Amino acid sequence: MSFSLSQTAAKRVDELVRRYPKKEAALLPVLSIVQREKGFISPEAERWVAATLGLRPLQVREVLSFYTLLRREPAGRYVIQVCRNLSCFLAGSEEIIRHLEARLGVRAGGTTADGRFTLETVECLGNCDHAPCLMINDDDYGPVTKETVDGILKRLA
Amino acid sequence: MADAKETLIPAEENSFRLEAYLARGGYEAARKTLLSMQPGQVMDEVKKANLRGRGGAGFPAGSKWAFVPKADDQPKYLCVNADEGEPGTFKDRAIMTRNPHLLLEGIVLTCYAVGIHTAVIYVRGEYESIARRLEQAIGEAGLKGFLGADVFGTGFGLEVYVHRGAGAYICGEETALLESVEGKRGWPRLRPPFPASIGLFRAPTVINNVETIANVPLIFRYGAEAFVAQGLPRDGGTRVFGVSGAVKKPGLYELPVGTSLRKIIYDWAGGPAEGQGIKAIVPGGLSAPFLTPDEIDVPMDYESLAHIKSMLGSAAVIVIGDRTPIIDVLRIVARFYAHESCGQCTPCRVGTTWISKTADRIAAGGGVPGDLDLIRRLAEGMKGKTLCPMGDAAAFPVLSMVGKFGRELEETISRRAE
Repeated sequence: MSFSLSQTAAKRVDELVRRYPKKEAALLPVLSIVQREKGFISPEAERWVAATLGLRPLQVREVLSFYTLLRREPAGRYVIQVCRNLSCFLAGSEEIIRHLEARLGVRAGGTTADGRFTLETVECLGNCDHAPCLMINDDDYGPVTKETVDGILKRLA
Repeated sequence: MADAKETLIPAEENSFRLEAYLARGGYEAARKTLLSMQPGQVMDEVKKANLRGRGGAGFPAGSKWAFVPKADDQPKYLCVNADEGEPGTFKDRAIMTRNPHLLLEGIVLTCYAVGIHTAVIYVRGEYESIARRLEQAIGEAGLKGFLGADVFGTGFGLEVYVHRGAGAYICGEETALLESVEGKRGWPRLRPPFPASIGLFRAPTVINNVETIANVPLIFRYGAEAFVAQGLPRDGGTRVFGVSGAVKKPGLYELPVGTSLRKIIYDWAGGPAEGQGIKAIVPGGLSAPFLTPDEIDVPMDYESLAHIKSMLGSAAVIVIGDRTPIIDVLRIVARFYAHESCGQCTPCRVGTTWISKTADRIAAGGGVPGDLDLIRRLAEGMKGKTLCPMGDAAAFPVLSMVGKFGRELEETISRRAE
């Protein structure tokens, strides 16, 4: 199998596999580690994870297709997740989403041609006192306006 | 020891650091309790405090723990629910960010009371920085001997792990959470058996919300009586009310259980946003039936809200201004549940999607007479007919909107149909 992880990540996977009374309990954390390192979970990665945890590939696919943060395709360098739930809607999130779509030239769900940005709409991020809010990779932003969003994009570009 | 009363979300800078927590008197309650009380006494004290679950259902924590078999001949688990996904809710984020050691001290006390040696904090996937902070706190507490093989030198062993979710609202439902920790899709389980007898890895399991567990040290620090006195006789302590939407000062307000909704909105959150009146209020996270402005004198506790046919839920208050068309709120709410239905039970899978499509069609100007009846029928068809409470959670807000704002919705339908 051609798939491999960095030494640090592989060590972390080993720890996780030993942590639980059943190896398969490490599945979500291990998938997250793979995704963090590779950006997405490829078919090779799926097979590797299945072999590592003693699972059938189908069991990995079942989980992979259920959780929204796990991806089977590469995403942009910066993944922008804009909250579209009620508190953010009341604070103008739809306008922010339209603005970002226009700025980046992609619809929500798409990735810019240069591979820099992926734009997604998501449900509540649990940051409602900072509505409208969004996340870029692991970082929280909010409350944002069209202007502050432009500023953030410029800094990342 | 500091004289100021410990709060769930301390105001001081760097409140999350171990030294800061120790300076505020942290871990003293757990140390004293483990050294001087039997597990049964600890459980009794929590029962006396009438600490009710802060996640949504409001089940008394002490009673929940008592369902777990006392015998020590098999593993038992504590799962701390940090999946905070109920829209409008952002309190656990703040507790874990600003007071992670309070949560850990609560975990120590809870596990000691129930005879648990492994605790898992299930943190939603989006809370990456919080998960890191918790892991750091666990490391620090372990070095001090507050966690690990010999907690406070008593011989009591306790390991605490952070387990990350990966984006699924349903995993906040306790049995879906268990499935998720086991490495499966978050599909809720049939009950009974309840997790207290067959839970994680088929072992007896306690599942409590972050805020519930974070309250436990306060019971031992100030006494069960003081805890009850702070809230209501059957519902002790404070609640962290999260206010968002059309108010001047959105934020978290830690106030006694039973504080009136009016007070929370007007005295703490600054009242409705500039130039707006209030049209509707979500009192306890998106799943709670909506209230109208004439209902806001309600005390915010489980029973008072149940009395007016709503619920306290996660105590997340969302204020909807009078300029917002209710059809827009309906479509946002319906879309959320359609997106998050796990797909296991037909009434929820089909019902949420159908309601969402109908609401979208009405919002786009394609409403037809009878649409509200259709929505009502679909929502009634989910209520109480699913494995987990998600069917109810999806039906309640929809039914309350159709019921309380039916005239506005009918107007929207007829106006756009012309």
